[in-house]
Amino acid sequence: MTYIPISPKERDAMLATIGVKSLDDLFEDIPAKYRFPKLNLPPALTEMEALDKLSNLALANENIREDLISFLGAGMYNHYIPSVVDHILRRGEFYTAYTPYQPEISQGTLQAIFEYQSLMCALTGMEVSNASHYDGATATAEAVNLANAQFRGKRKKVVISPTVHPQYRAVIRTYTQGMDMQLVGDDNSLLTNSPLASTDLLDALTSLTDETTCLVIVQYPDFFGRIYDYTSLINAAHAKGALVCVVANPTALALFKTPGSMGADIVVGDGQPLGIPLWYGGPSVGFFTTRKQYVHKMAGRLVGETVDSRGQRGYVLTLTAREQHIKRERATSNICTNQSLLALANAVYLSLLGKQGLRQVAELCYHKAHYAAEQLSKIEGMGLCFTEPFFHEFALCVGRPVEEVNAYLLDHGILGGYDLGQDYPALKDHMLIAVTEMNTKEEIDTLVEVLSEVNHG
Amino acid sequence: MNIPSHLKYTKSDEWFDPASGKIGITDYAQGQLSDIVFVEIFVEEGETIEAGKAIASVESVKASAEIYSPASGKVAAVNKDLANKPEVINSDPYGEAWMIQLADASEGDLMDSAAYEKYCAERTH
Repeated sequence: MTYIPISPKERDAMLATIGVKSLDDLFEDIPAKYRFPKLNLPPALTEMEALDKLSNLALANENIREDLISFLGAGMYNHYIPSVVDHILRRGEFYTAYTPYQPEISQGTLQAIFEYQSLMCALTGMEVSNASHYDGATATAEAVNLANAQFRGKRKKVVISPTVHPQYRAVIRTYTQGMDMQLVGDDNSLLTNSPLASTDLLDALTSLTDETTCLVIVQYPDFFGRIYDYTSLINAAHAKGALVCVVANPTALALFKTPGSMGADIVVGDGQPLGIPLWYGGPSVGFFTTRKQYVHKMAGRLVGETVDSRGQRGYVLTLTAREQHIKRERATSNICTNQSLLALANAVYLSLLGKQGLRQVAELCYHKAHYAAEQLSKIEGMGLCFTEPFFHEFALCVGRPVEEVNAYLLDHGILGGYDLGQDYPALKDHMLIAVTEMNTKEEIDTLVEVLSEVNHG
Repeated sequence: MNIPSHLKYTKSDEWFDPASGKIGITDYAQGQLSDIVFVEIFVEEGETIEAGKAIASVESVKASAEIYSPASGKVAAVNKDLANKPEVINSDPYGEAWMIQLADASEGDLMDSAAYEKYCAERTH
C-alpha cells in the first residue's frame, strides 16, 4: 500500500472547501514575528556531495574503540558487548524500540520481556520487575511516584542521598514538579558539612527520615563508586514507615549483596552496562523492580505467564488496569510504555554471559579498578578521596583543575575521568575514574604514566 | 441479576444497607467489571466521611473503578480481608464483599431496589 498523506491536488481541494487560498492563510492569526523564520540555507547538495561532506565531519570524531583509551564512567560504562547481542536485536521480529500495544499477538516479544523481567528480579533480589523504563533516571523518579501513591499523598517528604547521581536527582525534581513533594538530603549544606564519609552520610539521611517520609533514595555503588551495606539505613527507614529505593549498578549486583537482601522496597537502575553501547549518552533503558505488595502502584507494562484455553504456555500483559490508559488521572504514573528493544539487549546479554560470566565481568572491573587506584594514589600530589570499599569507580584528587588535566590526557589519547567539582563544590580538583574489563593493564599503566607527568608537563 | 430489596442503591452502582451501615458494590457493577483482581480501601476506621467521597478503588482484568460512599457518617469498620481475596466481590457482592461499615449514617440520594432494577434495565438495553 502506498502511503501518500496528501497530494497537492487534494490539498487545493481542501483549501477551496474551507475558503482559503493558500496554506499560509491558515497561519495569518499568528503575528509574523512569532512564525518560523525563513532559513538561509545553502543550495541543496546531491546525495554524493552530502555523503562526502558528512563523512568528512565524521572523521573529526574520536571513538573509544579505535582512537581513545577511556576512563570515563559516571553512569555510563564501557563494557564489551558480544556481537550476538546486536545480531538478535536487528532481527526483523524484534527490531522495534516500541512497546507492544496489541501485545498478545506478539508472543515472542512478550516472552522476551518476561525473560527480561525474570533476569532483573534475579539480579536485584526482588520479586517483581516491570517491562522497563526509559533510563535509570526516569526509573528512579517513578519510585517517587510509587511511594507517593502508596501513602495516597499523605507523606510528602523524599530523602535523597547526595551521592545519588546528580542527573538522576535533577530528573526527580523535573518529574515531581507540581506534586508538592518535599525533596531533602542532597542540598549542598549536607555536602559541605559532612565530608561525604559513608557513616556520617548514612546517619544524616537516617535522621532526616521521619513519619512524613514516603521514600528514601540511596545509590549502590554510590556516585563515587563506594559500596556499603544499607541494611541498617533500610531498617531505620522502615521503623518510620518509609519505603527505601536503591539505585543500583547491575554489573555490581553480580558480585555484591543484593539490595533485595538488604530489605529494599524498590530497586532501580540503568541497564546500559548490560549490552548497550555508550553511543552519545543514550538511548538507554531503566530497570524497575519492587516487592509484590507494591505491584499495583508500579508504573509501566508488566508481562505475565499464563496458560491458554488448550493448556499451553502463553504470555500476556497483566494487571493493565493500573495503567494510565485505563485508570486515567487516577493512575500512579503517566508512563505505560517501555524500552523493549534495549530491554531485549539486556536479556540477551545476561543470557549469553550467565551468572558466572557476569560475575567474571564484575570481578575484572573490580580488580582492575583497584590496581588503577593503587597505582594512581602513589603519584605525588594525587590521592584517593575516600577510604571506603569501592567497585569499579573511585574519586581521585588530581591537585589542579580537572579540565586542565583532562586536556592533557586527551593530548595523549586518553579520555579522562568525570569532573566532580561541577556537581560537588567540595570536590573541586577531583575526578571520578571508571575502570572496566575493557581497560588493559597497559592502558592503566599509561594513564598512571601520563598523569604523573601532568604536574611537570 | 441479584438486587436485594432491603438495600439502597446509587447511580454509580454502590449499595448501602440502612440496617447495618455496610457499603459495597452491586451485582450489576461486578458483572460489568468482570474478574476483579485488586481492591484498595482508602478510608480508615474513625474517619468521618461525606456521601460521594471516593472510598475505594477496584481493578479488574480490563477496567478500573473508583467507589463512592452512598452515605455520610463515621467509619466504624473496614473490611481488611477484602484486599487478600478481591474475587469475593464477584462471587458474593452483597455479603462477604462489604467494604466499609458506617455508624450514624445519613443516606445520600439513593434508590430503592425497584428503582435500581429499572435503572439497570435501562442501561442494558
